[in-house]
Amino acid sequence: MKATCWMGKRNVQVQDVRDPEILNPRDAVIRITSTAICGSDLHLYNGFVPTMERGDILGHEFMGEVVEVGSEVHNLSRGDRVVVPFPIACGHCNMCEKELFSLCENSNPNAWMAEKMWGYSPCGIFGYSHLTGGYPGGQAEYARVPFADVGPLKVPEGMSDEQALFLSDILPTGYMAAEHADIEPGDVVAVWGCGPVGQFAIASAYMLGAERVIAIDRFPYRLRMARDRAKAETINYEEVDVYDALREMTGGRGPDGCIDAVGMEAHAPGVIGAYDRMKQAAMLESDRPNALREAIMCCGNGGTVSVAGVYGGFIDKFPMGAFMNKSLTMKTGQTHVHRYMRPLLQRIEKGDIDPTFIITHRGRLEEAPQMYETFLNKEDECMKVVLKP
Amino acid sequence: MARAQGRQDWNGRNRHTPVERMARGLGWFSIGLGLAEAAAPGAMAQLIGARDDDSTRGVLQAFGVREIASGVAILQSNPDPEWLWARVGGDAMDMAALGRVLNDRDTDRTRVLMSLAAVAGAAAADVYCATALSRERGRQPARAAGARPRVRRREGMHFKKSFTINRQPDVVYGFWRKLENLPQFMRHLESVEVIDDRRSRWRAKAPAGTTVSWEAEIVDDQPDERISWRSVEGSTVPNRGTVRFVPAPGARGTEVHVEIEYSLPGGQFTSMVAKLFGEEPEQQVADDLRRLKQLLEAGEIARSGGSVSLRQPAQPAPDKVRSRMAREGVRR
Repeated sequence: MKATCWMGKRNVQVQDVRDPEILNPRDAVIRITSTAICGSDLHLYNGFVPTMERGDILGHEFMGEVVEVGSEVHNLSRGDRVVVPFPIACGHCNMCEKELFSLCENSNPNAWMAEKMWGYSPCGIFGYSHLTGGYPGGQAEYARVPFADVGPLKVPEGMSDEQALFLSDILPTGYMAAEHADIEPGDVVAVWGCGPVGQFAIASAYMLGAERVIAIDRFPYRLRMARDRAKAETINYEEVDVYDALREMTGGRGPDGCIDAVGMEAHAPGVIGAYDRMKQAAMLESDRPNALREAIMCCGNGGTVSVAGVYGGFIDKFPMGAFMNKSLTMKTGQTHVHRYMRPLLQRIEKGDIDPTFIITHRGRLEEAPQMYETFLNKEDECMKVVLKP
Repeated sequence: MARAQGRQDWNGRNRHTPVERMARGLGWFSIGLGLAEAAAPGAMAQLIGARDDDSTRGVLQAFGVREIASGVAILQSNPDPEWLWARVGGDAMDMAALGRVLNDRDTDRTRVLMSLAAVAGAAAADVYCATALSRERGRQPARAAGARPRVRRREGMHFKKSFTINRQPDVVYGFWRKLENLPQFMRHLESVEVIDDRRSRWRAKAPAGTTVSWEAEIVDDQPDERISWRSVEGSTVPNRGTVRFVPAPGARGTEVHVEIEYSLPGGQFTSMVAKLFGEEPEQQVADDLRRLKQLLEAGEIARSGGSVSLRQPAQPAPDKVRSRMAREGVRR
């Protein structure tokens, strides 16, 4: 089959690889009909995630048709159309029972590696480095899905691929980010980053009852989408000082909830940006946390900082003083996708949200290499790429 | 994760031993020298008496970067003796380069000889410090999780590991007590054959397709609580162990606490254990328990189809897959 392989920093190639097969009784093999490139794939593409190997198959947002099931998968059969959550979860460990699916204790065969970096390991993830299991990903014609009796969700007839696809990751991720902001009636929520997750976080914040949502980015087309489609007020951080603007817009209170939908490759203007880039280049800091720092500084007293952006290692100049003295709360985590898929599918069916609004680019699987570049460089007002194998 | 060496004072600051202070001094010296070489290679060339041309400058700058890197590594690693040994290697490179310069025309031989003497002095300091630091570290107890197990020739090896399994103690005990099940999650075992109520024969894989086997007996068996075993006298791999099954608080399942001890006088022991467990025996026991947890909770052992070792890509070439599957065997 054809698959998008990571061949080194800023180098992906569509190659012929061996077809996946059933390895365990709870596996299924899916013929992929739609797959997307995620912002977090760019962290891999840029070489910021350790333990990637040449030839690793990328992709953790995918859906398709079941073509084969293992002997212990009784709820799926050949021909079912399913969307697959990016975290791999067994459904039976303590974490799964608490619905913290991205912390499944049994799905990462390389847990020892993650334990050395983080103390304890999160779940296995499709196409996301050997640290999270080295599972072949879904930017391919076929994928093997472990614990298929727990993860994949059947897509109702009449719902298009594009409507369902983002249930695999970014719609639940945006939703969980908003949920983590502990929104109460009257709350103002600020969202750093107007990429796909940011857009869904804005929309979800409104669904969860936010009074106002203010979105922060520097790309006019992303800010425009946040305004026109997700209905946020916007701040371009290259034009105004974010703290001053937020303070003014909230009558001097500051936002009640601050969402970091940016993560470890934050762009920052001026001296502080150069500082982080230097430290990162010298390997004295693995992540550039400018959005997170700013979210903490801008968050109003007693507020909540929700971190949906991905971090991998260590950050520098964490404003602990601001965090402590303002009695802030931080909530974060890889998304427990399984928990949100069903309710969000219902919201899509009801018309509460139409997740297709973020799609700007559609292509064939073979076009993956160009699409990675387009997405990375934000060329052609690129917001979200969907590929069809 | 590196943990601070030495002791800490009441403010949490590290108190360094004299050798550590010397190592840090050498680290700073490295950085200073490196910066000078990298930033002002021309001036440095003149100082050491070499011809000041592009190639000399290039070499000096490269050496400068090396110095800075080793200096930073020494300071960051709190200092790790291996980085000091790296400095010794660097000194050798410097002396070799100076030796070549000595034979060039256009060199100021006096200055080159003086530089050689200076490098030799630094090398002596490096060797002393690296040796002393290695010795000092050798005395200290294992550092943090993931540190090398304590393999001492005469005393053998002893380790403890625990995992929580989301199943009731009787289930976990029952699975373990059926000793034939053990090879399902203990990867080094090929088979366990039950002889009678107490005794069993264990067969383990050794390199080159060979096996080692020994007989073990259960010395304590308390249903749902604990099993203790030991190898019978005269066994090739003398060992004993205990596994305890403790109810985890708040209905979280069972804490499985394993303690294993291997002992064999003389060097024979180390090689036998290395054969059976590879480089990191303690990690192997942890992996075994993780597989037990996967089996009992998820009903199968998680496999990514490409994550067995870092050296293999997630989707390796077909022949690699086949040979690896053959090697691993899929047991259920």
